[in-house]
Amino acid sequence: MDGVNLNASYDAGFVEQVQQESGQNMSLCYQCGNCTAGCPYTFVYDIPVSQIMRLVQAGQKRRVLECASLWLCATCESCTTRCPNEIDVARVMDVLRHMSRRQGFAARRPVKVFWDTFLESVRRHGRVFEAGLLASYVTKTGRVWTDMDLAPRILPKGKLKLKPHPIQGREEMEKIFKRFEARGGRS
Amino acid sequence: MTEATYAYYPGCSGLGTSIEYDSSSRAVCRALFMKISDVPDWSCCGSTPAHTVDHVLSAALSARNLALVESMGLDTVVTPCPSCLTNLRTACHRMEDAAFSAEVNALLDTPFKGTVQAKSLLQALIEDVGLEMIAASTVKPLTGLKVAPYYGCIMNRPPELMRFDDHENPVAMDRILEAMGAEVVPFPLKVECCGASFGVPRKDVVAKLSGRLLETARELGADAMVTACPLCQMNLDLRQEQASRAVGTHFEMPVFYFTQLMGLAMGVAEAELGFDKICVSPARALSLIGSPASKPEGRKATSGGQA
Repeated sequence: MDGVNLNASYDAGFVEQVQQESGQNMSLCYQCGNCTAGCPYTFVYDIPVSQIMRLVQAGQKRRVLECASLWLCATCESCTTRCPNEIDVARVMDVLRHMSRRQGFAARRPVKVFWDTFLESVRRHGRVFEAGLLASYVTKTGRVWTDMDLAPRILPKGKLKLKPHPIQGREEMEKIFKRFEARGGRS
Repeated sequence: MTEATYAYYPGCSGLGTSIEYDSSSRAVCRALFMKISDVPDWSCCGSTPAHTVDHVLSAALSARNLALVESMGLDTVVTPCPSCLTNLRTACHRMEDAAFSAEVNALLDTPFKGTVQAKSLLQALIEDVGLEMIAASTVKPLTGLKVAPYYGCIMNRPPELMRFDDHENPVAMDRILEAMGAEVVPFPLKVECCGASFGVPRKDVVAKLSGRLLETARELGADAMVTACPLCQMNLDLRQEQASRAVGTHFEMPVFYFTQLMGLAMGVAEAELGFDKICVSPARALSLIGSPASKPEGRKATSGGQA
């Protein structure tokens, strides 16, 4: 990891906010590394999860909210399950994603775009429309070859429905998202 | 309004990519006299994407469904999907906090009062129906089939939330499959993540993680893997060629839902079990059923005893 000047960049408000939003006491992390040892995604992370925990303790807001790892964590709960100090590490990662979103650090990350497209599908139909989600993701990212190799495998199975399954309560769903936005939430 | 014991929440994939999990689950429930009734007009729980945006929004998407279960007059909802389960359980748990609950209910037309619990179908089968009845319902034992049960990452984790089975070495599926006559290999990667929902944006990640699972199952001499999660099944089955390329090999490992094999052992009509929906042909694995349990030569021996 690159060196950081802690005196110049320590952000106490950031530490406090992570603790408050996650309900976790960050100072309990003593860097045993169990979370990183069990994390299946360390091989694609730019910063391993135990180091993210340390950077949060050190108030390194920008470094944390900009990192790619936040968007490669699948919430598999290995870290939370194995933390000897019962820190809900996966919840901390979730909260860091929330903050990263709100503060505009991650707009173009493909995983984020995929997740956002998923929620748009839910908002629109009430249930996820899988084929529509894939088409919409490809349109947004321009990644036209996404999973083209799978088409001949899945299409003959008749599993990928070409029409959505809209629910009766679509207006109710729209209201959930609208009220969420009205109270300051933002995706 | 209903005589059902359980509300049933299929989850979005049950209408599409995991349609055979849904149909075989319903068939197994019927054969075991488990009374289920669909949550009326259920909506998506928001899955992983919702909780990466906001915990109140995520809980609200689940709570709309939990309130619908309350309107059915039922106190337990079962779902075959671990991701739906996690969201439903997390919402129930966090909404025990009055302030959080008020925030969630402010987003809903109908508030959730908090009188519902969520269980996985696997949990309901083993805890409420019981192994004894499952064993007794077996008419066509799975003898001769050697399987690697794979639970996925979140069926049992974190333990204080899921409160079911063992979080490092779950055995519910092992026990069911054994009770129905299958040979179960001691699969060490039972709770390792398969790559989850990264198939579309980062297929390299799924190929590597699922490839490791397939390779381990093959090394243990399994004829098939058995899953309890729509996303795990899709990653291991539909993306098996991508995983093969990533590992530099060629896998031919059929990946069943546990309910498909249960249904088969209970004599459910195959049309309801959807074996034709599996991408990697299960024909060879299915043909082994009914053969002597001792293995013919040509397959690798297992390295250890039973789990």
